[in-house]
Amino acid sequence: MTYILKPKLHHPSLPKNELGFTRRDYEGRVSTLCAGCGHDSISAAIIQSAWELGIEPHRLAKMSGIGCSSKTPDYFLGQSHGFNSVHGRMPSVLTGANLANRDLIYLGVSGDGDSASIGLGQFAHSIRRGVNMSYIVENNGVYGLTKGQFSATSDKGSKSKKGIENTESGIDLVALALQLGATYVGRSFSGDKDQLVPLIKGALSHHGPAFIDVISPCVAFNNHAGSTKSFDYVREHNEAVNRLDVILGRTPITADYRPGEVREVTQHDGSTLRLRKLHTDYDATDKIGAANYLQERHAEGEIVTGLLYVDPEATDLHDRLGTTAKPLNQLGTSDLTPGADALAKINASLR
Amino acid sequence: MPDTVSIGTLTQAASAKPAPLAAVNDFVVKFANVNGSGSASANGLFAKSIIRMGVPVAARNIFPSNIQGLPTWYEVRVSGAGHLGRRGGVDLAVPLNPQTWDDDVKEISPGGYLFYDSTKPLPASKFRDDIYVIGVPLTAICNEAYKIPRERQLFKNICYVGALSWLINIDPAVIEQLLKEEFAAKPKLIPANLAAFNLGRDYAQKHLKPIGLQLQKSDAVGNRIFVEGNAAAALGAVYGGATVCAWYPITPSTSLAEAFTGYCEDFRMNPDGSNNFAIVQCEDEIASIGVVVGAGWNGARSFTCTSGPGISLMNEFIGLSYFAEIPAVIFDVQRGGPSTGMPTRTQQSDLLLAAYASHGDTKHPLLLPADPGECFTMGAQAFDLSDRLQTTVFVMLDLDIGMQEWLVEPFQWDDKRQIDRGKVMTAEMLEAGTFFGRYTDVDGDGIPFRTYPGTHPDKGAYFTRGTSRNRMAGYSEKGVDYQDNMERLLKKFHTAATLVPGPITREAKKKTRIGAIYFGSTTPAMHEALEALEAAGHHINAMRVRAFPFSQDVYDFIHAHDEICVVEQNRDAQLRSLLMIEGGIDASHLTSILHYDGTPITARFLFDAIGKRLEARKATRQVTSKADKQ
Ligand SMILES: Cc1ncc(C[n+]2csc(CCOP(=O)(O)OP(=O)(O)O)c2C)c(N)n1
Ligand code: SF4
Ligand SMILES: [Mg+2]
Repeated sequence: MTYILKPKLHHPSLPKNELGFTRRDYEGRVSTLCAGCGHDSISAAIIQSAWELGIEPHRLAKMSGIGCSSKTPDYFLGQSHGFNSVHGRMPSVLTGANLANRDLIYLGVSGDGDSASIGLGQFAHSIRRGVNMSYIVENNGVYGLTKGQFSATSDKGSKSKKGIENTESGIDLVALALQLGATYVGRSFSGDKDQLVPLIKGALSHHGPAFIDVISPCVAFNNHAGSTKSFDYVREHNEAVNRLDVILGRTPITADYRPGEVREVTQHDGSTLRLRKLHTDYDATDKIGAANYLQERHAEGEIVTGLLYVDPEATDLHDRLGTTAKPLNQLGTSDLTPGADALAKINASLR
Repeated sequence: MPDTVSIGTLTQAASAKPAPLAAVNDFVVKFANVNGSGSASANGLFAKSIIRMGVPVAARNIFPSNIQGLPTWYEVRVSGAGHLGRRGGVDLAVPLNPQTWDDDVKEISPGGYLFYDSTKPLPASKFRDDIYVIGVPLTAICNEAYKIPRERQLFKNICYVGALSWLINIDPAVIEQLLKEEFAAKPKLIPANLAAFNLGRDYAQKHLKPIGLQLQKSDAVGNRIFVEGNAAAALGAVYGGATVCAWYPITPSTSLAEAFTGYCEDFRMNPDGSNNFAIVQCEDEIASIGVVVGAGWNGARSFTCTSGPGISLMNEFIGLSYFAEIPAVIFDVQRGGPSTGMPTRTQQSDLLLAAYASHGDTKHPLLLPADPGECFTMGAQAFDLSDRLQTTVFVMLDLDIGMQEWLVEPFQWDDKRQIDRGKVMTAEMLEAGTFFGRYTDVDGDGIPFRTYPGTHPDKGAYFTRGTSRNRMAGYSEKGVDYQDNMERLLKKFHTAATLVPGPITREAKKKTRIGAIYFGSTTPAMHEALEALEAAGHHINAMRVRAFPFSQDVYDFIHAHDEICVVEQNRDAQLRSLLMIEGGIDASHLTSILHYDGTPITARFLFDAIGKRLEARKATRQVTSKADKQ
């Protein structure tokens, strides 16, 4: 753990994004996680993504459940409102927040215990409901904060630090998210920042339920030989299907790839997802193909990563509910209260 | 006929057949039907026609947790004097369900009437000698008039209303008018229903004499409305500015969410078809309250409606709302316990559950409406209170208020009234350099300022968590910070006691040292019992509490009396417990009067229970005062 306070003054030569903010402006409090914890790398990737996208920090709300992973929203985007809620229930809190103000960007951070064990129901229902959010699971296969018990994403046969073998089948949140109707699904590895940052950027600019499963080794309890969520294991078995670049509407697109190698997908907000294929057969807009491919590779013991599925025509919960464009939390008395005359009519109908 | 007599005289001479009951605008009719047989609309027509004649009615459905086949009852109390609680006893029974016949017949007061379908002869053992039996061959009449089985069944219901209309003098013109209103959209059904009504009425007119229970037009209803509490609470939520509703179906609260949906469709749609509301039927009650807390955190007025089992599931979030200081409104329509069956009966048994819901030191304001009228006012007020107090506010209905139609004064609204969002710091205030400490008590009332996410580019953001924080919302695990925060939360709770609706006192005609405290749906039966007790020489000062935390007035009232009867519809004397816990009241000062069989409390029960208690008290005092003199 580190208790060093970060210097407040910015180095004048730090690069600035289009809003004039440096990366520092997207940082949070100093992390209290174990040195080397995968979760800290994900926080760094979130900071990088928000900075590169030029998000106004106060226009983003960060929500989490409970766990080491769920503590991290305190460690990035210090100028954003954050809500460290209750264990396994981030999705419902995020859903409510989103209903109240559809204009903010919602980033949900959770753990594998938080989302696959206690919170599996809320994970599933928030996705099938179509909440516009970026939902990141920092997946280490254990409950870090309660000291290393197996979580529901732990693979069958994976060994605990004390050598005990997990006998229950693991839940693949990516496969579930696909089935449940997530319109942007990715998987990555906390140790692969080049892959992770564009995936997060794509999620943050996606309109609809975006889910990213990030394998994030727990150095304290699940980074030993025999674990399928250790740094070494993931590096060896990681199989990326594509490389993603997120190109904002205003950046000119330059074609420097051979035809067939690149697939471009334009999203609702005008951003373009440029996918450089690593597997010629893999089509990230084919949901059934993606599900089959994942199953096949999983059977081979591979961890498939990349942007696994995207639906550029995605809609969200507000579209489905027909909510007014003005955020509900900004409606006033005259928008909301029908008044005495309307009440007199109701009274008359009840006599 | 003075109605005090109607509940105050409970015994009849046993020997000869009692005289037939005779009363004008003061009697109880009870229908027994089979669930799903279409009787509900006929029974509703019966009750509404009496109201249209200007005579007050209290009507109650008693129904099972299923859709078809089980017994249901509908009790209509006619009270020219305006008593809207249950009286107890049945003067005219209409048992149309063979399954419950024996019990239904047993309930009839001596001298009362039994109206039945006489198509099939019944053995004499199925009747009683001390009641008056009226047979109408309903099935035979309808089988002759209709070919289709479903029509035979449905029109049989209207047919018995027709026969009854002759027997107790319901104005047929009123029925005709009601049918016209009900079927305005399907005018073909008007003559069909009217014909069925007349089938029954004509038969009765030809073969039967009117009975001793008679209706007479009156103006006692005034301009009152007839409405169920769930609908009223939903309307209160609309007027209170609720925009987010998240819920999970559970009897008896479901119709609240459904009514909210209906009212939003009527009043919250913009000309472009978009909605100024968002309603989500969630996967369970945990998600429902999670959505409410998330929306409340982000500045939208949000609520959920549920019943006891739902509150149990919501406990963790209710605690989070308390500690993280997030507004939320929960309508708890109370019922009898877990599983199915009793849960479609009424109780006031969630008081303790709601008042202290969750882990850690928590307590929550409860509003206690007495009727649908207050469901509307408190339903709206709950949103102002929860925003002002930044915490969960419960509105505690019960099945009797929530799912029964009550006759109440018309709803009122002051168009000058503005939504009170409480202490919300705006971008302008932040820009002007106003001090912002999320958990700092700047005004001495324990209530801090909050900001909505997205308010200002670089001021006013904070991190929300349960407990471990200091006055500036910084992370802190220090004991002093925790305690400091908890003391402030307690101060906020004391502030709540000054903001919630205060109690209403009803003074006895004579000076007395005896008091009674009651709340919620007990109110009308209690008022009737108090009148009857007064007539019987028992003078009692009564106080209706309308909210928790209790204001000082409640404790002053208790201390001004030697003995307080605390009346409630639960087994464990939960209101009494709250008075003892929060007010330090001595147990011996508070006598429990409890009714918890799942049926709404009756005036007769209260008259008996309180009367007996006071007689016993008189007796012991005579004994002790004699002893003192010796
Ligand atoms: C209702 C409830 N039950 C149990 C806990 C204890 N608890 C805290 S974190 C945690 C597991 C967290 O695991 P995960 O989500 O995988 O996060 P990690 O620490 O591994 O990042 C548990 C069981 C709790 N906080 N709340
Ligand atoms: S216990 Fe594991 S998950 Fe938690 S901070 Fe340490 S390394 Fe990270
Ligand atoms: Mg974990």
